Amino acid sequence: MWPLVRDHPTGLFWLGVLERRAGWNGGIQAAEERERAYRGRMIEIEGLTKRYGEKLAVDGLSFTVRPGIITGFLGPNGAGKSTTMRMMLDLDNPTAGTVRIDGRHYRQLRDPLTYIGALLDAKAMHGGRSAYHHLLCLAQSNGIPRARVHQALDTVGLTAVAKKRAKGFSLGMGQRLGIAAALLGDPRILMFDEPVNGLDPEGIHWIRNLMKSLAAQGRTVFVSSHLMSEMALTADHLVVIGQGRLLADTSMAEFIRRNSRSYVRMRSPEHERLRDVLAAAGHTAVPVADGALEIDGVSAGDLGELAAGHGLVLHELSPQQASLEEAFMQLTAESVEYHAHSDTAGPAVPAGPAPGPDASPPPPPTPPPPPQPAGDWGADWRRKKGR
Amino acid sequence: MTTPDQPQQPQPPRQDEGTMMLNAIGPRAGGPQPGAQPQPQAQPQPGTQPQPAAQQPQQAPAVPPQQQAQPQQQPAYAAAHPQAQFSGGGYVSPIPVRPTHLGHALASEWTKIKSVRSTVWTLSVMIVLVLGVGTLTGFGISASGTDLRGASPLGFGMFGMLLGLMCVITLGVLCVSSEYGTGMIRTTLTACPSRARVLAAKAIVFFLLSFVVTAVTTTLVALIETGLLSGQGGATPSGSEWFKATVGVSLYVAMLGLLALSVGALLRHSAGAITIMIGLVLLPLVLALFMMAESLQDLREFLFEYSIPSQLGVMYSNAVASSGPSGWDPLWIVTGLTAVVLGGAFVALHQRDV
Repeated sequence: MWPLVRDHPTGLFWLGVLERRAGWNGGIQAAEERERAYRGRMIEIEGLTKRYGEKLAVDGLSFTVRPGIITGFLGPNGAGKSTTMRMMLDLDNPTAGTVRIDGRHYRQLRDPLTYIGALLDAKAMHGGRSAYHHLLCLAQSNGIPRARVHQALDTVGLTAVAKKRAKGFSLGMGQRLGIAAALLGDPRILMFDEPVNGLDPEGIHWIRNLMKSLAAQGRTVFVSSHLMSEMALTADHLVVIGQGRLLADTSMAEFIRRNSRSYVRMRSPEHERLRDVLAAAGHTAVPVADGALEIDGVSAGDLGELAAGHGLVLHELSPQQASLEEAFMQLTAESVEYHAHSDTAGPAVPAGPAPGPDASPPPPPTPPPPPQPAGDWGADWRRKKGR
Repeated sequence: MTTPDQPQQPQPPRQDEGTMMLNAIGPRAGGPQPGAQPQPQAQPQPGTQPQPAAQQPQQAPAVPPQQQAQPQQQPAYAAAHPQAQFSGGGYVSPIPVRPTHLGHALASEWTKIKSVRSTVWTLSVMIVLVLGVGTLTGFGISASGTDLRGASPLGFGMFGMLLGLMCVITLGVLCVSSEYGTGMIRTTLTACPSRARVLAAKAIVFFLLSFVVTAVTTTLVALIETGLLSGQGGATPSGSEWFKATVGVSLYVAMLGLLALSVGALLRHSAGAITIMIGLVLLPLVLALFMMAESLQDLREFLFEYSIPSQLGVMYSNAVASSGPSGWDPLWIVTGLTAVVLGGAFVALHQRDV
């Protein structure tokens, strides 16, 4: 019964009328559930699916965006992030599944800007209209007072160019205007689709802090990105998708704890002997492309002593920690949509390693390692069909 | 408008309007007392907050910049929303919640249509064309001293109007398709998820604007023509003729513009929709000109009579033809056509992905 009332466009209205007539006040059976539905202030996605012809863009996605924290929505390009966000805003009709915002469908929101502010892309505006008029027409459509337009422009720092046409805005200014539009209704839920794309460091910094302060005020912040490093700095919770499927739905701390693999890199002129020694000691050494060995689960100190005990010359002995970028790549490796061709697609090399203090006893200057073409995770993309 | 201090009030005024909203957003309406109600779920569950210690090296740089930038960011927010505490109940906005209706959408569309240059351009070109061509025609005829032989001087406004029609069509198409071209439509529909309301507001605002502008222009032209051509043997137009040549013609032109708007909403492509509309206006006449064959005589007649320039001529004259549309028929024809296409646009907009 309750879902019927909740989902019907006028259901809540009639429930209100009934309540007033009968003098009910919270005494009805569904009150508790209603309370939960409206106090949740969350976005619930259930079995969301979108099919474009043959291609399944989003495949049975289910997750919840919780209030008061920043939820990062992560996935490689073409994973279905934007499609999912468009379906959340009822711009695209899902093939199956539902999206509920505070328990309701987006189309049922009467004044959506005061519920959800969304930045889909920086250029979703008419270039011939001034920033002020762009915000004004949005404010008017939701009955938001005109004074709010000035406040929003002030918040994003565009007051000086309020009367300028959006056509002449740089990407960063367009992004700021889009964020002003999202903040216009002072909503409790904010959605940003790749907000840092194409921004300069100052702009990235600004958006990062803006999102943090928004979440600190108790708002729900949902932000998509294809950059793990960006998410690691901002998000509290992670939802990772690849090819439209949910790959992970976990807190950031948990993701870091699980995915940051630490290992030790060793390099020696007596390569084979080192391997034999390591094997004899029961350590598994994985040779990597540049002639070094990677050993998991042993401290650098133990390995150094082991080498010294056998009189081995070491050119390198360094503790390493796999970056989150690498963890993300491993997670989504199966589902990356587009790859670039690369001849030397060796094992992924940590892009941002944390080289510990060089603990190797014989420290002759090691020649700089050869350039590693697979350093950036975007570098070895290859069109999947081409494989 | 509202003063900047208004949001400072701790409790925004909430009228007892809209039972739905008051009921629907119970916690929000009663929210701003921090701590008044225990709100367990706004606290992020333990473990979701990244612990600053024992973290990845990437986490480390985040801390100092945050401390630098927070002082810049926070005051603006603190000033704007003093009650935006870290209260357990999540964020509560100081902006009063008002259920929106078509009036809001109309205000929004009016702001939109008047704040882009294409509106100013198309409408001013239309005014120049209609007034200019109308005045020149009047001058030419009065200078040559031709005897009008009882024809109404109002009818000479038609040539300018035929050109001006193109401008109205262009504006009608751009009204919707420019939103698709620029991506604005996504913002628009996010702000107002009721697509029928958006299209209705666009249609009403565009129709009224083009009607008013056309009516003023046609009236001016009619006054100029009758003033210039008095005493050249023309008929003195009656009140109903005046009405039809000004209000009637304006309704006809605005309705054609609305048809263009509907086509624009269906096609979502400016150039395509404008081309189709211009084809609709010109093609029947052009086709009819080249239909020489005897067997096609009936079709040729039909195309001539029902082509839009001929129909516009009917709106300007009072002549009763033996066949084809006469009187106010052209307006009813174009209204019917527009109703069908606009209905299709409503259905398409409702079902399609943006």
